[in-house]
Amino acid sequence: MARSSTCHVATRKGLFTIARGASGWSVSRVSFLGDNCTLSMRDPRTGDLLAALNHGHFGVKMHRSRDEGASWQEIASPAYPEKPADYVPSAQGTAKPVDWVLKLVWALSPGGAREPGVVWCGTLPGGLFKSEDGGDSWALNRPLWDDPKREQWFGGGADYPGIHSICVDPRDANQVVIGVSCGGAWVTRDGGKSWNVGGKGMRAEYMPPEQQFEPNVQDPHLVVQCPANPDWLWVQHHNGIFKSSDRAASWSEMQHVHPSAFGFAVAVHPREPDTAWFVPAVKDEKRYPSDGRVVVNRTRDGGKSFETLTKGLPQQHAYDLVYRHALDVDETGEVLAFGSTTGSLWVSEDGGDSWQAVSSNLPPIHSVRLVKGV
Amino acid sequence: MPTVRFTDNIQRHVNCPTRVVDGACVRDALDAYFQANAQARGYVLDEQGRLREHMAIFVNGGQLRDRAGLTDPVPADGVVDVIQALSGG
Repeated sequence: MARSSTCHVATRKGLFTIARGASGWSVSRVSFLGDNCTLSMRDPRTGDLLAALNHGHFGVKMHRSRDEGASWQEIASPAYPEKPADYVPSAQGTAKPVDWVLKLVWALSPGGAREPGVVWCGTLPGGLFKSEDGGDSWALNRPLWDDPKREQWFGGGADYPGIHSICVDPRDANQVVIGVSCGGAWVTRDGGKSWNVGGKGMRAEYMPPEQQFEPNVQDPHLVVQCPANPDWLWVQHHNGIFKSSDRAASWSEMQHVHPSAFGFAVAVHPREPDTAWFVPAVKDEKRYPSDGRVVVNRTRDGGKSFETLTKGLPQQHAYDLVYRHALDVDETGEVLAFGSTTGSLWVSEDGGDSWQAVSSNLPPIHSVRLVKGV
Repeated sequence: MPTVRFTDNIQRHVNCPTRVVDGACVRDALDAYFQANAQARGYVLDEQGRLREHMAIFVNGGQLRDRAGLTDPVPADGVVDVIQALSGG
């Protein structure tokens, strides 16, 4: 298992590949310069690299590279089916009706090791898509889309709800956990034929008191799964940090998290489920680092305590916000990288103990993904 | 037969040369165009067949009225311009 030495950084103005050379980390390639690249995914099974672009006027497009980013081909984008003319929202549906149009590709995840070609894709306004051919075609997961509870989802910081997290169990690819803002964590045990919203424990302060623990109204900003112990999930939630040790059947909230339990990003150690990293920010409308200090919080005891890591990070007048997909850890648990809305990118090669700035001048960063499985 | 022209800005994503097509309304004219250029459809129309929110169409210089149905008539010698709106993006 090798340390990651390459990282793909999706930004408002293109996809930047960062590589570690003899003199350290630096930009080695720029793809789609000038275009809004919102997310990338490298498939460790094939080496395929997928990039989601949001062209604004022209819509959301997907591209694929089979030579590590040297050349790209436009492939199919997930497309919602035609909305039936006589469609009537479910009686249970209380949220604003959604437009059946792809607004954003918000999650990309390879399927299991024994299902080559399978890629899952989460989107705004709440559709989950699956490709079985590496992205040449996509199909909307109808059991989830047609679930009346799906129509109760609502946007959190966006006009529509969306699926931003997809965790495929390495032991059994039929077991998938997804994260929805706002709709909680949903679980399938049969590869997507049926879905259930996860158990209680998450808490939504923004709801009326009687509904604050309702699973289907939660705003998990990101859900991640420990590869070596997939029963363990961590959530950076709008209202704090939560974990589950029973595959989303129940959740517990971490207490006494300083400087803040608010944030978007979380990464979990590949082998040690008690170890996870977070990038805190001031809760919740203001969203900047507490006291203008960029820090990373790390727990190594399952959330009983958190270390606030600062070495190499700016500690004065720094207002970098780190989005949900903009923190990643490699397969060794030693190399981490995160990037900010103000175009700063940092890398650690010692599990977060110290950080080095790779750039302070990139475009606003949506996503940081370390290359794994090489 | 009407002529369909596209903004230069779309050309770096998908080649959309000016073409003369069949069609008595905008929907028919665009369907005829996209029949020979399927990739371009998704750049102009959304999955529900509506004009994308921040695109604009002019027929002989007049702005499209029916952005969902694209039923605006096109004269036999008309010109359909497909451009970016200045909103959004």
